[in-house]
Amino acid sequence: MTVARPAGPLGPAASAIVALLEQRTGQQLDAGRAWRIDSALQPMLRERGLSTLDELVARINDRASSERGLADLVVDALLNQETSFFRDAATLDTVVQAGIDMVAETPRRLRIWSAACSTGQEPLSMAMLFAEASERTGILPPEIRATDISMRALMRARAARYTQFEIQRGLPIRRMMQWFEPRDDLWEAKAELRFRLLYGQQNLIADPMPAGKFDIVLCRNVLMYLSPATRGVVLDRIAPVLRPGGLLVLGAGETVIGHTDALVPSERYRGLYRPAAH
Amino acid sequence: MKSCLVVDDSKVIRKVARHILETLQFEVREAGDGREALDQCAKAQPDVILLDWNMPVMSGMDFLRALRQSEGGMQPKVVFCTTENGMAYIRAAIEAGADEYVMKPFDRETLESKLQIVGVA
Repeated sequence: MTVARPAGPLGPAASAIVALLEQRTGQQLDAGRAWRIDSALQPMLRERGLSTLDELVARINDRASSERGLADLVVDALLNQETSFFRDAATLDTVVQAGIDMVAETPRRLRIWSAACSTGQEPLSMAMLFAEASERTGILPPEIRATDISMRALMRARAARYTQFEIQRGLPIRRMMQWFEPRDDLWEAKAELRFRLLYGQQNLIADPMPAGKFDIVLCRNVLMYLSPATRGVVLDRIAPVLRPGGLLVLGAGETVIGHTDALVPSERYRGLYRPAAH
Repeated sequence: MKSCLVVDDSKVIRKVARHILETLQFEVREAGDGREALDQCAKAQPDVILLDWNMPVMSGMDFLRALRQSEGGMQPKVVFCTTENGMAYIRAAIEAGADEYVMKPFDRETLESKLQIVGVA
């Protein structure tokens, strides 16, 4: 594909890369965050013997280039993979309680979708919390689907191996002892935890949505990178995959209000959203 | 303002920990070994103790056992902070009464996260 070069305060090559990112993912990289372009793409330049972003953009646009998929790699490198275990723990506790309530009202195995799972800490956190809830209440462990747009992040999520720094962010030591084991200087989630998760790649603005309905969808810290119009698109695509009475979980500071009529704040669970009744 | 006692025989580690803790609005005290730490706790129990394992005079583990048996010694949260990162060490620390465990090296995010987990940050 050819990368367009919009005019703007950034240089032409950086502007082209920003446009590529938005075209593929809906994510915006404003001038304040454009410093990430250089730092994120430097390894790719070095590996290819390129010295400037202009040369990289020329390589992407070169139809005769033997390197297919270079644009995908550039986009992947620019995606923010910031995450941690039990991020915003109070919200996750609310989600688990909501799940327990749902099963109490209509007994079933819950279906949960972590729609932007990054390197996997969020779905593993949910799996740990629901395993503990299962011990306490006898509910069936839920089916947890974990997706991300980034193949690089998804490979790490599937491996479920974390550095010493990653494993210590947000994960209480007792849970680490119960659910992880040391392997090759990393900490690996035990098989009994990994096997509770189903991974797949998902572009929230372009790919068909997963089949079936979900009880809980987590889509945290995604909307903040999207334009207002694209936020509406993503929310309108998520709403139909929620069961009636299902819940959407957004990041702190994110909301459906002003972006869609298909979802409204839950009256029962503060900070969560449910499909609007039509 | 919450108080933290940093117990480590390394001045460098104490200085790094002090810097991070002060940015998190903690009042910081220091001790170079377990005995010195026990003396400080006898005067006033801190809200949280950041505790090294291997130290001269009295080790972190010996300090922890003595602290938990002393008057008011169940009150402080204790976060082990050590290069001993094997599962056997971690298990021993938790069984002896530690609330959390930080594997060195650590950074600000790690320490802040662990202090949040024990409820003091």
